[in-house]
Amino acid sequence: MSSNANLDSHGVPGWLQAAPVALVFTLFFVLPLGFVLMVSFWDYNDFQMLPTFTTRSYTESFEGCLTSLPDLCTMLKTYVSTIKFCAIVWLATLVIGFAVAYFLAFHVRSLTAQMVLFLVCTIPFWTSNVIRMISWVPLLGRNGLVNQILVGAHVVDTPVEWLLYSPFSVALAFVHLFTFFMVAPIFNSMMRIDRRLMEAAYDAGASGWQMLTNVVIPLSKPGIAIGSIFVVTIVMGDFITFDVMGGEQIASAGKVVETRLNALQFPPAAANAVILLVATMLIIAVLNRIVDVRKEL
Amino acid sequence: MNEGRSLAFYVLAAVFGLYVLFLYGPMIVIFVLSFQGPTGGLTFPLNGVSLHWFERLWEGGGIVDITGAFKRSLALGLVVMFLTVVLSLSAGLAFRKRFHGANALFFVAIASLIVPSIVTSLGIALEFRLLDDWLKAYGPPWIADDLTTTMGMFTSGLGAHLTWTLPFGLLVMFAIFNRFDPRYEEAARDLGASPAQTLRYVVLPIILPSVVGVGLFGFTLSWDEIARSSQAMGEHNTLPMELQALTTTVTTPDIYALGTSTTAVSFAVIALALGAIGLLRRRQARHGSDAGHA
Repeated sequence: MSSNANLDSHGVPGWLQAAPVALVFTLFFVLPLGFVLMVSFWDYNDFQMLPTFTTRSYTESFEGCLTSLPDLCTMLKTYVSTIKFCAIVWLATLVIGFAVAYFLAFHVRSLTAQMVLFLVCTIPFWTSNVIRMISWVPLLGRNGLVNQILVGAHVVDTPVEWLLYSPFSVALAFVHLFTFFMVAPIFNSMMRIDRRLMEAAYDAGASGWQMLTNVVIPLSKPGIAIGSIFVVTIVMGDFITFDVMGGEQIASAGKVVETRLNALQFPPAAANAVILLVATMLIIAVLNRIVDVRKEL
Repeated sequence: MNEGRSLAFYVLAAVFGLYVLFLYGPMIVIFVLSFQGPTGGLTFPLNGVSLHWFERLWEGGGIVDITGAFKRSLALGLVVMFLTVVLSLSAGLAFRKRFHGANALFFVAIASLIVPSIVTSLGIALEFRLLDDWLKAYGPPWIADDLTTTMGMFTSGLGAHLTWTLPFGLLVMFAIFNRFDPRYEEAARDLGASPAQTLRYVVLPIILPSVVGVGLFGFTLSWDEIARSSQAMGEHNTLPMELQALTTTVTTPDIYALGTSTTAVSFAVIALALGAIGLLRRRQARHGSDAGHA
């Protein structure tokens, strides 16, 4: 965002140009969040929500969380499981995303080739996530390609069951869908690294590994942080991937909200949405301590 | 420092190759299987090759109103694309100047990307439900009497999609203007151009290829969106919502045929956009060598 002082006094004022976008975000994002918070403190019965103040939705959501310790209540179990998925997916996307970005930024020599290969990574991002999920079915199902090969090669006697509709397939789908969110910002950070720094490190006798840990990784940190925020918040709030790839068997923080909504219980859905939002914000706050995201765009 | 290719190059090239295979492999599998013969199933082997499942799909053979959902999604995607381009461009120009609340707006846009979609979708649903209740109770009779709901694809649904496409549009605009040389504008002004003329004849022609990119994001993100749509679409479903519902019930290759059809639209749009960007760039290189080269 380059500001250009001498253009300020010319043409349409900035606030007017920004007004339409501001209006959309106010009407469809800021106000709705306010309504979520408001309704989470409302009462409800089988038919409707009742506009009287109560903390019922919260107390019900956290039911048994203190009394049943050391056993975990449903809410905590769900969050522990979701955060476990976050950690696994984060690590996998980070390692793969970093390697891919590193290859593109430092090993592909012509700018055109870089852009073409980056585009190759980007195109699936512009296609449907559900289709990319179900495309694993013919590969991982009981009679799928992987099992056909494994049984055919006598590696296993009976088809492997945990390949599909399992925690494995959920994690796999997340990595498949969202590694791009790591590749793009890390690639962007790496492209900004002054190549002379690496030459200097090389001349000073740094090994490849030292160059990576002392030059490339520290300077790629903003991209790593932005990618991490994207991946972690997506997994935290997801309910579709858990649904489609988990065979509706695996609980997640986002699915709790959806389940309540399907029962048309709006106040508990809103309370769970607020809890999800707070949990997500806490994680981002931790990540944001590592880097000021805004500076890096 | 890179004389000859190192071992690291070959290892990383292999990793990259595997990643691309991982990205595209499964998709190619369902494209192939969507041409499954009439007796074929959801997995290999192929029992012949046919367009059977496509025909069944488009005749509405057994499953939901696909043609209707297809048209609805297309219409919504085009409207979202148009609004995303116009609003992002306008806000992108605004962010180059100083205006009150610029930081707050930026923060809200980023928050809109990061707040889980289900939360935003729930909020929009609540907002419109409360609006309905309020209108029925206090609205003038000509509204209150006939009102069923204000929720719909082009009210709450459109808003939900814009909260998803506009942040991407804005980020692309920031990237564009970060690389834009303001001396072009100064030169235009020195030559006596009005602000409107500067925008029309100098700024827009230079940034046009990237603006096409904003449109690409606007359409494709809307075309494939589910999470935000889930609570906010009202009575009708969009195509990806129908597709998601089908994943739990359908056990025939119809669903692959639908997947292939949807992806074909995505690919057509991507090809169209990339083609347009390439064409515009080449035109700039030919005609506007003194204006288009940043």
